[in-house]
Amino acid sequence: MKVLVPVKRVIDYNVKVRVKADGSGVDLANVKMSMNPFDEIAVEEAIRLKEADKADEVVVVSIGVKQAQETLRTALAMGADRAILVNAADDVHTDIEPLAVAKILKAIVDEEQPGLVLAGKQAIDNDMNATGQMLSALLGWSQGTFASELDIDGDKAVVTREVDGGLQTIKVNMPAIVTVDLRLNEPRYASLPNIMKAKKKPLDEKTAADYGVDTSPRLEVVKTTEPATRAPGIIVGSVDELVSKLKEAGAV
Amino acid sequence: MAVLLLAEVNNGELALDATAKAVTAARALGDVTVLAAGASAAAAGEAAAKIDGVAKVLVAEDASLGHRMAEPTAALIVSLAGDYSHIVAPATTDAKNVMPRVAALLDVMVISDASGVVDADTFERPIYAGNAVQTVKSLDTTKVITFRTSTFDAAGEGGSAAVETIGAADNPGLSEWVEDKVAASDRPELTSAGVVVSGGRGVGSEEDFALIEKLADKLGAAVGASRAAVDSGYAPNDWQVGQTGKVVAPELYVAVGISGAIQHLAGMKDSKIIVAINKDEEAPIFQVADFGLVADLFEAVPALTDAL
Repeated sequence: MKVLVPVKRVIDYNVKVRVKADGSGVDLANVKMSMNPFDEIAVEEAIRLKEADKADEVVVVSIGVKQAQETLRTALAMGADRAILVNAADDVHTDIEPLAVAKILKAIVDEEQPGLVLAGKQAIDNDMNATGQMLSALLGWSQGTFASELDIDGDKAVVTREVDGGLQTIKVNMPAIVTVDLRLNEPRYASLPNIMKAKKKPLDEKTAADYGVDTSPRLEVVKTTEPATRAPGIIVGSVDELVSKLKEAGAV
Repeated sequence: MAVLLLAEVNNGELALDATAKAVTAARALGDVTVLAAGASAAAAGEAAAKIDGVAKVLVAEDASLGHRMAEPTAALIVSLAGDYSHIVAPATTDAKNVMPRVAALLDVMVISDASGVVDADTFERPIYAGNAVQTVKSLDTTKVITFRTSTFDAAGEGGSAAVETIGAADNPGLSEWVEDKVAASDRPELTSAGVVVSGGRGVGSEEDFALIEKLADKLGAAVGASRAAVDSGYAPNDWQVGQTGKVVAPELYVAVGISGAIQHLAGMKDSKIIVAINKDEEAPIFQVADFGLVADLFEAVPALTDAL
């Protein structure tokens, strides 16, 4: 079975986000970028499936600017076999919407015929939480979202999902789209020899046009602003003072 | 304009708070029809009919809709979509599972976690874990939206909308439900609680989370946790507050042993009053706290529980 893993290049999760003064977006110039943390978990899970002989090839895909090549090399260094880069934007500030990403991924799935697509449940930049579900809809496949456990058993996959009330376990037909949550696994670090080896692994370059997908946005970004800030608070000296402040504020 | 609102239905019961908050957001867009779907959904439909601002309720009962499996639920919504300009839901995990699927089937974008309505086409939503707010104008004919419940007040009760029973769509038969593991609790539900007490990595163990729970019970509060506490196994996943967990905005939020990582703040910084108890005075949580107490939580929390 081939496993396809889409990965996104996003602002590193440790970097403080700055909104541009003119309201045009978030400043991404000269900012450290990394693989979306949820996608790292998806890559790790795919590699573990291969190590457990449940998958024989792991293909990673990134759709965006050409610099996403670095993100793909990271996935290859972790253990993915080959990569596809779909050049779909020239400016790092251009975010390709989940619907367009899902359409490009559908075209790639049609070509590659994977048995499983493993994706992060959301990207930490636009926080949309949509691409996996959308791809599943376009393919007419089953979906198992927000997975904290995954067990492939022949033509079915058992997926334990993190939901509002606790955990839900479902059984989905393969081929399937599974989107991964935080607690599915802990991604490995790539070793130096593997980083060197990854440079020689195949990386195909394509464009959105190769797949006949129009990536023009459906959501026009009118403006991007700073969130409301909170008024500064006070440090209290003791539990008693805390209780009296809370009583004054009518909070208890 | 007409709005179809997917009600949050759990085991045949309406999640009133989440649904009524989404009604508040939706009624600004047009006449609201609520869809109550489930293996049993009639009682949920009756309850939804009483929410102020609901014009009509559709009840769809079918075994395939029993556990809000994405594929049959999305198929049902798509079969109804032609009559509506907006298809919306409260931003619960169930809706986040279903609504992007609906949007893709309709060839439109989804607007996830909208926190504000500017006009019928234009919405605000937090991005980058709430570190920026984006205003987006939809160019699609049908708008598919989930609303972040913590930013809307619940609509009141007193309505008496007509209830109509409809059939399910064909079940694509792609998946089946196996089991739910839902912890029974007498405490208030996290996203609708007036008071939330959350513990972080500083609590140190699953056993010591009892300290957090005792304080919560004294305050009649729901219990939350940071991602670090959940990852460490101190607390179950459904307690997680943050960018990828639940978003809460209670009257009072007490953060205990939580450093205040960006992704945690994303889930609680709209709370009315924030209390932080942490022994590290440099912890970023103090920057959003109204009242900060620099103290060892193992002394301060029992003392606070006794003093209340």
